[in-house]
Amino acid sequence: MEFLRPATWDEALAAKAEYPTALPIAGGTDVMVEMNFDVHRPSALLDLNRLTELTEWTIEGEVVKLGASVPYSRIIDELSGPLPGLARAAHTVGSPQIRNRGGVGGNLGGASPAGDSHPALLAAGRDVFVEVASQARGTRMIAIDDFYVGVKRNSMEPDELIRRVHIPVADGPQEFSKIGTRNAMVIAVAAFGFALHPKNHTVGTGIGSAAPTPRRAVEAEEYLQGVLAERGLWESGALLGTEVIQRFGELVKAAASPIDDVRGTADYRRHTLAVMARRTLTWCWNDYSKQIRSAA
Amino acid sequence: MSARTIAGQKNLQDINQASKDGIGGSPLRPDGILKVKGEFAYSSDLWHEDMLWGMALRSPHPRAKIIGVDISEALKTPGVYAVMTHEDIPGAKFYGLEIRDQPALAIDKVRYHGEAIALVAADHPETARRAVKKIKVEYEVLTPITTEEQCLDPETYGYVHEPHEYKSHGYGNICHEQKLVSGLGVTDEVRALADVIVSGEYEVGMQDQAFLGPESGLAVPAEDGGIDLYIATQWLHVDREQMAPVLGLPEEKVRLTLAGVGGAFGGREDISMQIHACLLALRTGKPVKIVYARDESFFGHVHRHPAKMRYEHGATRDGKLVFADCRIVLDGGAYASASPAVVGNAASLGHGPYVIPNVKMHAIALYSNNPSCGAMRGFGAVQAAFGYESQMDKLAEALGMDPVELRQLNAMSEGDYMPTGQQIDSPAPVAELLQRVKDMPLPPPLDLTDLDVRQLPGALSNTSHGEGIVRGIGYSVGIKNVGFSEGFDDYSTARVRLEVIGGEPVAMVHTAMAEVGQGGITVHAQIARTELGVEQVTIHPANTEVGSAGSTSASRQTYMTGGAVKLAAEAVKQALIEKGRKRYGWTQTDLDLVGGKVVSESGGALVSMVDLLGDEAIDLTREHHHRPTQAFDKETGQGFGHVQYTFCANRAVVDVDVELGLVKVVELTAAQDVGKALNPLSVVGQIQGGCTQALGLAVMEEIIVKDGKVRNASFTDYLIPTILDTPPIPVDVLELPDPNAPYGLRGVGEAPTVSATPSIVAAIRQATGIALNRIPVRPEHLTGTL
Amino acid sequence: MRVTFTANGKPVEADDVWEGESLLYVLRERVGLPGSKNACEQGECGSCTVYLDDVPVCSCLVAAGQVQDRQVRTVEGLADEESGELGLVQQAFIDAGAVQCGFCTPGLLVQTDALLDRDPQPSDTDIREALSGNLCRCTGYEKIMDAVRLASARTCQKAGTQA
Repeated sequence: MEFLRPATWDEALAAKAEYPTALPIAGGTDVMVEMNFDVHRPSALLDLNRLTELTEWTIEGEVVKLGASVPYSRIIDELSGPLPGLARAAHTVGSPQIRNRGGVGGNLGGASPAGDSHPALLAAGRDVFVEVASQARGTRMIAIDDFYVGVKRNSMEPDELIRRVHIPVADGPQEFSKIGTRNAMVIAVAAFGFALHPKNHTVGTGIGSAAPTPRRAVEAEEYLQGVLAERGLWESGALLGTEVIQRFGELVKAAASPIDDVRGTADYRRHTLAVMARRTLTWCWNDYSKQIRSAA
Repeated sequence: MSARTIAGQKNLQDINQASKDGIGGSPLRPDGILKVKGEFAYSSDLWHEDMLWGMALRSPHPRAKIIGVDISEALKTPGVYAVMTHEDIPGAKFYGLEIRDQPALAIDKVRYHGEAIALVAADHPETARRAVKKIKVEYEVLTPITTEEQCLDPETYGYVHEPHEYKSHGYGNICHEQKLVSGLGVTDEVRALADVIVSGEYEVGMQDQAFLGPESGLAVPAEDGGIDLYIATQWLHVDREQMAPVLGLPEEKVRLTLAGVGGAFGGREDISMQIHACLLALRTGKPVKIVYARDESFFGHVHRHPAKMRYEHGATRDGKLVFADCRIVLDGGAYASASPAVVGNAASLGHGPYVIPNVKMHAIALYSNNPSCGAMRGFGAVQAAFGYESQMDKLAEALGMDPVELRQLNAMSEGDYMPTGQQIDSPAPVAELLQRVKDMPLPPPLDLTDLDVRQLPGALSNTSHGEGIVRGIGYSVGIKNVGFSEGFDDYSTARVRLEVIGGEPVAMVHTAMAEVGQGGITVHAQIARTELGVEQVTIHPANTEVGSAGSTSASRQTYMTGGAVKLAAEAVKQALIEKGRKRYGWTQTDLDLVGGKVVSESGGALVSMVDLLGDEAIDLTREHHHRPTQAFDKETGQGFGHVQYTFCANRAVVDVDVELGLVKVVELTAAQDVGKALNPLSVVGQIQGGCTQALGLAVMEEIIVKDGKVRNASFTDYLIPTILDTPPIPVDVLELPDPNAPYGLRGVGEAPTVSATPSIVAAIRQATGIALNRIPVRPEHLTGTL
Repeated sequence: MRVTFTANGKPVEADDVWEGESLLYVLRERVGLPGSKNACEQGECGSCTVYLDDVPVCSCLVAAGQVQDRQVRTVEGLADEESGELGLVQQAFIDAGAVQCGFCTPGLLVQTDALLDRDPQPSDTDIREALSGNLCRCTGYEKIMDAVRLASARTCQKAGTQA
């Protein structure tokens, strides 16, 4: 096994071009578990820790450009305002020590359906992009909806690395909920991200740990967008009513295709998605209503 | 005024006050400073020049024939020094705690997922891992025998051990059984005496000890052809007893020294890597270290027996118990381990701390192709407590009675008889303990106006902002025995040496007691201070140079080895006083050692111990035997089987998110009689730790085994409580001395683990209204999504 | 490969490091610092917690090669280097009875040290959140809570007398 330590982004892309099977390692919170338990023996480890640009974030226009290795703890501390959903999700990742090391790049690279970032990224909107690059073809932007392609598989090429994620600054309330059978340090049994996007009158959803890939509850989004538009609720901020909330929950539940495993049954996962969908919608809508009322 | 002329009584008081680190005080742990500095050497920290790493190849199948093992490729790996199979074992091939039914390395067949087949010694763990993967094993995979139905029908499903292989009284796939009948037993006639009858079936999942320090140790071959093993264990001498025959060595050439132990809880009562490391060290002539990774640890030790139980209780209209019937089936897994003793406990303690005139019980442990089960904190009493306490709540509901009052009405007390016929001959304040937890103030109700999600079920996962949350309260009480039972003489040995070092009298205590974190060495030093009137006590490393201290289990070490230290210290004291009598011609009969002096209660200080000892050391060894017990009668279960009983009561307050099935234990109160708290700080620490393991069993901990295969051998999927899962645990310690025990003490460690689980389940039942008959309670049980 | 870094203020060097090795293994087996513990090696228990450039991390999940030229501080670096006097958090853990088997202790000490550095007066819930990645199997955490509260009180007292 090789240990590659590029000092610059270009060196990193060159290394990845030379060793396409090299496993990138940043926080190490997934990679090292596989090393320690002999799950995986890649040809090389490609250490990204020296690339300081990966631990930086900027806000350009209305978009947060989040370095792949910005640790979750900094997302919580520094980005709770512009990225409330992702910050909420970040707060549920592993332990404080894990949050000090792990970042969104690792979640995306591993593409596990249980990754905590995914539902928040999906909910943040269809204009979330993963910025990847290769030495041969340069930079490209992968829309979040095109990113997850299978169990622990993403749409990246072997010679590509994740540099940043582009996430629109929140223009409305966002929430994230996750089910675990312990009150800390759990892998999601199921997770749900929800966001209101008042500017373009859309809503975002994201389902975690309840399908082969993280996925959006498309029908639920469309249903809710329809109701909000038809009833002028974006403008009025009036109550949604139990029926709408209930229906939304059912549609989120229907969007999942979970399995039974040691962490939970498929039925339980579906059940909790409905509950989480109802609750996160309620919280977000209450916040939104308050904003409308206080603006009025 | 010189010290000699001070009146004796006052002198004694002054000195006693100065000696705060004797029994009843809470001096700090002697190993504490090393532990907080990171300098305490645990068994996995050991290092030796030229050391090799040992590793085992384990079976991926729960039941298979081994057709062939090819080690040639593994042997060729550079950096590999040895590869061994059962054919390379120099001595006996089998070992075992109670029944020697387990091969040190699998012979022609494997009986559980994770059974060790071959060993590798290499220069680096990664080299060893690669070599292990190169060992080729050809299996004929067989359908595993895993359910009770399959185990009890060997004609159809086969034998885990062929009948000719049985080394005990087992038959079929039954490893051990114990029946018990008292009063009139339970017949239709007896049932007719009851106004109300409740019955239930209950199930307990397989819990793991999950100690944090993985199984590990260092074996160093010695020049005399023997071996020195530095090891984390619960019982040095019984390890050696099992190891020496396999290694083909006389016991005196197998020398064990206790290394730092990172928790045990029963999981180190059996052999894990001891034999393997020694086999490799003897083969290679080099020191060999084995350290299990966490996944291997789940395969490397036995677990708590999963249990299926059927209970039936009858009572009069006013709540007096008339009868109780129970059948407990424990899955012992592939090898016996401590199953026979666990069965004995389940049978004899399985009706709880209640007076019941007519009792029947049948407890069995099965052989199966599931992981082996054996000792874990609570040892057979834990499973049963979930059953009988669930029944008490059910009965209270059926009678329309308060569940605490029902328990108190039937609670046993001193002078009552166990279903085994044994009279309880020391305090048994069962009703009082319940009253004490009931009387403690309740935590404030959930305040939704000042919400902090971290205090709700789900905590940081942000699943509720108050929605769906219902509070519940539950009570329970449990009984546990202390010490080994059924006629077993688990004596302890202690050596105490008194001499002058640096102008001060210093006592040295030497035992083979495994300090696993419980604080036994702190207590030994306290006992020596109290008995010998010295301040300075050193603790000799525990090893096999001194006689056995028995096991650090069964809540017995303070009682047994503490008792041995007391005896040895008393003997040293008498020898020193005798020396003074000879030298000074003392005739007083009220002599004692206090504050570094020999004192007479009436005459004051006579001489300093420094002057009396001079250059001489007094060095004496004593054994402490508890009062003898008897085996239980095979059919009736009658017999004076246990040394001592111990009781704990709990009250649990929980918040349940009834929509999501998530639980947060808000508070877990405990009241326990400890006889005499030799070290109050440690006593409370034991009770709180024991309660927390019980909490784990109630709501999260289970090794999930499907078709004989372990599905969650990691800390990612075998969840133990974090600090966010663990509530405040107020503890009320009662001290009613047991006249039979040293200082009147009562073993502490296990009772809370027995009693606390049912209180939490009762609280969840109250919050949800769901009849929960299986632990751990999963969110699926609470949401109807199983 | 060779890895050089600073451990508890001193330069250290490890040779023949296998590329897949963790910082934890290098500390324990190669540079004589076994204080950080190997309980799970999957980031679930916190007993291997060390400071990496002043940030507490699970050393089992840091690849050895990643610490090249960086600063590591372990439990062995918490006591006063010259006098050997225990750090405030270390003393509080002993005094409160928070140490039983002690296997979780090194990680808890580093994590508590970091917590009090950030917030000398954490609430009970803040303490629980900060220590939620450090499993303890012996104590039931009550004495650990006591120890952190004690260390917090002593930290504030010390700050008060210094001010």
